[in-house]
Amino acid sequence: MWSRSKTADLTEGRAPALRFPAPVSAWPASHPEGRIPQAQTASRFRRIPVYRQKYIFLLPGLLVLIAVILFPLLFTIRVSFSSWDVYNPGLNNAGGAMYARMWDDARYWEALRRLSVLSISTVLIQYVLGFALALLVWREIAARRFFRVLFLVPMMTTPVVMSVIWRTIFHESLGPLNPILDAIGIGAQPWLSQPGFAFAAVMVVEIWQWTPFMFLLLLAGLLSLPSEPFLAAKVDGAGPIRTFLSVTFPMMGAISVGAILIRAIEASKIMETVYVLTSGGPGTSTETVSYYIYIRGMRDFQIGYSAALSLTYLIIMAVALTLIAKALMRLMVRGAQA
Amino acid sequence: MKTFYLALKYLAVTLWSAFVIFPFLWMLSTSFKSQNAVTGGATWIPWAQFEPSLAGWKSLFGGVGGINIVKPYINSVIVTGTASVIALVLGTLAAYGLSRFTFRAGPIRNADITFFFISQRIMPPIVLAIPFFLMLRWLGLLDSLPGLILVYVAALMPIAVWVMVDFFNTIPRALDEMAWLDGCTPVTTFLRVILPNVAPGLVVAGMFCLIFGWNDFFFAFTLTFTQTQLLPVSIVALNSSVTPWWSLSAAAIVSVAPLAVLAFVVERFLARGGLAGAVR
Repeated sequence: MWSRSKTADLTEGRAPALRFPAPVSAWPASHPEGRIPQAQTASRFRRIPVYRQKYIFLLPGLLVLIAVILFPLLFTIRVSFSSWDVYNPGLNNAGGAMYARMWDDARYWEALRRLSVLSISTVLIQYVLGFALALLVWREIAARRFFRVLFLVPMMTTPVVMSVIWRTIFHESLGPLNPILDAIGIGAQPWLSQPGFAFAAVMVVEIWQWTPFMFLLLLAGLLSLPSEPFLAAKVDGAGPIRTFLSVTFPMMGAISVGAILIRAIEASKIMETVYVLTSGGPGTSTETVSYYIYIRGMRDFQIGYSAALSLTYLIIMAVALTLIAKALMRLMVRGAQA
Repeated sequence: MKTFYLALKYLAVTLWSAFVIFPFLWMLSTSFKSQNAVTGGATWIPWAQFEPSLAGWKSLFGGVGGINIVKPYINSVIVTGTASVIALVLGTLAAYGLSRFTFRAGPIRNADITFFFISQRIMPPIVLAIPFFLMLRWLGLLDSLPGLILVYVAALMPIAVWVMVDFFNTIPRALDEMAWLDGCTPVTTFLRVILPNVAPGLVVAGMFCLIFGWNDFFFAFTLTFTQTQLLPVSIVALNSSVTPWWSLSAAAIVSVAPLAVLAFVVERFLARGGLAGAVR
């Protein structure tokens, strides 16, 4: 059969050279020795015992993440127990003074309440709109691929850059929005100078920017659904609404929970839109937690205080998101199975 | 009744399309305006409503009232590209390890390590901004490309792990075992057998890394000053009470255009069902 010298001939180019990585279907049967030849790279790893080689995969990424994120986080915990600011830079021991100050900081708790309202309402609106859009272009519509691409575009654009553009759109005297509202009889509105309207403006931008992400996740889910239950529903004579309530929606339960959670995680960090669009104003009426911490830490340079604020923020968000995740699972996944 | 439903469907799709396109049309139109055209009130159609001018587009290369965005643009490409590649390599390796081998350290199991990776997305950037600032200053990397790349690698890796773990889990383990029997080490198994099979996953993960890297503003904003501005930072720097809307719009178009093309790629993956794994 095949001898060593014959294999050497193959590599010398008299016969077509074997290319790697070989397609899975091509080996091992197609190879003369029924095994993949060892290339240069293999010998280097041979020195590490095989059962240890699993660490080659995990450790590089894990160590980078620990170095870049875990250590700064531990450092933040230490800093939050100091009163590091412009006048007293450096680590000292202030005990829980910063946390006591935070307890009485109405502006912080107000920002937290506002962030909750903003993120929960925008994510729910995004979910409803995203689901509706996904259903619309799911099937049975002309040019659906065109609409899918179009609906995805906003999530690819840079949020801050689009927020700057939105700021010109909301401009009260020169922007295009008020003339349009005037023309359809609603009338011009003080978009960025009245608290309620400024809040609505932030919501509009968030919805424009991130509904596509919800749409993407939900449409991917819809397209992965099996077709048999829909056939069964059709045979049983169910109309479109009945089919949605009894077939589509229950099957989308787990995917919905996943999509809502991913968006809720991102929405809990909202700050860039606010920074560009309103700078937290008018007054502090659109300030979110991230933006308030930014003002305290990066602008006023109250490092110790902002560390205490951000740790509390992180813990509250982690706990809140876990609770939301549990509640949603119970509501949408188990509810659908019952 | 059926035609009524159909009409309603197309009406809804058209309305949302208008909402999506609205800001893009506005910035396209504004980018060809001069100062007079902007302060005269909102207009849309060149020649008919205002005299078009190329001032905004010319100001992208420096000049009065604009910014030279060439250097920030190159910086953004370097940082996003390098960080995405590194994050993708590290993230893919880690995801393969977590999907195939058992790791144990005290009470910590694979699921906990995976959760540690993915949970980094929960971390609000502001929590890390100040320690990052101090860390980069200590390393002498503040306001530099390597410093930004380091931070972006950490920010993007969770995305790569999140997407790739699911893709690796869909590849049967029998494939690995066959490769081992045929004399591959874990590393060569990964490189020659498994990696070619998760190419779609790599594209999806790489795409998400690019999107989130290119579009990030906060870290670039807090960790750089004048030497190494990234694109979003230099565009937002134009945002003030006397914003030159024409330069701003032109800069915004060249900034969002390259990634908008990715929408086509994402749609192709949707049609083939390649994204289903990432959702679950």
